[in-house]
Amino acid sequence: MSVVNLPLKDEPVDGRALPLDAAEAQMFRRPSEWRIFWEAFSRDRLAVGAAALIGLVCLISALAPVLSPYDPTVGDNALRLAPIGTPGHLLGLDGQGRDILSRLIWGGQVSIIIALLPVTVASLISVLLGLVAGFFGGKVDMVIMRTLDVFFAFPAVLLAVAIAGVLGPGMLNVMLSLTIVLIPYISRVAYMATVTVKSELFVDQARVSGARPSQILFHHILPNTLSPVIVYGSTLVGILIVLGAGLSFLGLGITPPRPDWGIMCSDGRNFLSVAPHVSAVPGIMLILVAMSFNIVGDGLRDALDPKLRK
Amino acid sequence: MLKFLVYRVATIVPVLFGVSVVVFLMMKLIPGDPAEAILGPAATTEKIEMVRKSLGLDQPFYVQYVRWLWKVLQGDFGTSIAVNVPVAQLVWPKFWNTVLLTAGSLVICIVIGLGVGIVSGTRQYSWFDRISMSLTLIVANTPAFWLGLILMVVLALYLGWFPATGMYSMRASQKTFGDLIHHMVLPAITTASVSAAIIARLVRSSFLDVIRKHYITALRAKGLSERDIILRHGMKNALPPIINIVGLQVGYLMGGALFTEVVFSWPGIGLQIYSSIVARDLPVVQAAVLVTTFVFVLVNLGTDVVVAALDPRIRRA
Repeated sequence: MSVVNLPLKDEPVDGRALPLDAAEAQMFRRPSEWRIFWEAFSRDRLAVGAAALIGLVCLISALAPVLSPYDPTVGDNALRLAPIGTPGHLLGLDGQGRDILSRLIWGGQVSIIIALLPVTVASLISVLLGLVAGFFGGKVDMVIMRTLDVFFAFPAVLLAVAIAGVLGPGMLNVMLSLTIVLIPYISRVAYMATVTVKSELFVDQARVSGARPSQILFHHILPNTLSPVIVYGSTLVGILIVLGAGLSFLGLGITPPRPDWGIMCSDGRNFLSVAPHVSAVPGIMLILVAMSFNIVGDGLRDALDPKLRK
Repeated sequence: MLKFLVYRVATIVPVLFGVSVVVFLMMKLIPGDPAEAILGPAATTEKIEMVRKSLGLDQPFYVQYVRWLWKVLQGDFGTSIAVNVPVAQLVWPKFWNTVLLTAGSLVICIVIGLGVGIVSGTRQYSWFDRISMSLTLIVANTPAFWLGLILMVVLALYLGWFPATGMYSMRASQKTFGDLIHHMVLPAITTASVSAAIIARLVRSSFLDVIRKHYITALRAKGLSERDIILRHGMKNALPPIINIVGLQVGYLMGGALFTEVVFSWPGIGLQIYSSIVARDLPVVQAAVLVTTFVFVLVNLGTDVVVAALDPRIRRA
């Protein structure tokens, strides 16, 4: 034993450490990744509030058959365009005498799914594309990324409108067009993350210790590309809710009489001077939900990045 | 610099080629035979074959593509199915109307975005900063089509300050510039809203970044006025990322203008795309998407070149 390596308190001179008792073991154990993340995220009160709001809106929309006070597609012509606060109709009625609150609740289903599903599907495809292009490099990289560059060159709104317009109206077509529009954006994020992680020392270490390429790809690189993609994806949901509603507003989305927040804004266009609330209410809902997704996205970014943790 | 310029121009050639292929294929993937669509349900098989041949639809895809591209390069986008006039005649005037609207929105974006961003960035956590940053967060998430409707209700229908739709007054004997600006205010604000908010937030963070640098402290110690420090020295370093995002927003404005144009009946390329989609007039959609995307790519190229000219670090990368 060298002179420098003096025995610590309680350490027997022969170098064997004493077994830790349970409380000490608890102290030294590294908290799980989830715990670290949750502690950082829960400190961001604005983000927690926004997440709660999103949860509430999703829950209410999911329970639409139970919670909706009226049928969203059947109108009461006697009360057409009744204002906010009409007895029995909290948010008033639209141009066909349909209850706006009920349409808002049912519309949430479409408006949220139309954004959430394309972001999820596009993220999965993009992670695969980015991972493969970034990891294998060379020709594979060139073919994948240059092809995506072409789609990246289109203004996103224009591409979405053009694809949805060519395919024709319908919820599935809108989601398909939004997925196509998203892939080049998310792929770039996944690609950049893969290329950065690939050159890290721990990847070399894994390679030197004889890990197979598939092990390196899925065990070492994939987990590190996921968090930037999740963060980016979560901020995209807000934008997509607005864009998806925009397509419905143009009549390229779901087909009436099924409600969604975009089509509800469009329904009120003919009654703007007499009943502006018909268009105003769903728009406010769109802003609230889109903004919440943005705030949650920022919160996720801060909580997942050790450098930004407060 | 020249090397960078040549390199950047060289990279857009394959992209533009790819864009033309995608636009061409997009129109080919639609279910249904255009010849049948033109002739209607009562057409005989021989008639359909004849029209297919005259349209070149009996040729393989790549032959059709090369023929189409060759014509497009000469400015011939074919004939509109809905109104039976050359597409180019239909699209170009609309395109310039969109350019006008985009230019107006860009002015608003830069004035509001830079103004709010610089004041917020240099007075972090002041009342102005807090209020303007909350507002930009809301505006950045506001659907343009909805904001357009609200502005129309309040400023056009209730207060009557601005006309609600169109580009010129119907009753005016001649088109005047003042009338155009009067009609442009609401659509331009609507189109600019999201981009102005995004630019304001970025300018703020860009300035917060620069203002903490040591050279700014040194200038302050030297006794320079705060105005000179911010506008002359701070600006120089904060500008490249700002120009970058403004350039990106130009493309966003051109695309986003579609919603504004539909709401305010602004006779631009977005409204044309929309009404052509509704009418299933695909040659017009094709040409309009192609022209807008080409301009978008060129604007992005221009932005990159300007940023590279301002920032030597990027040129060498």
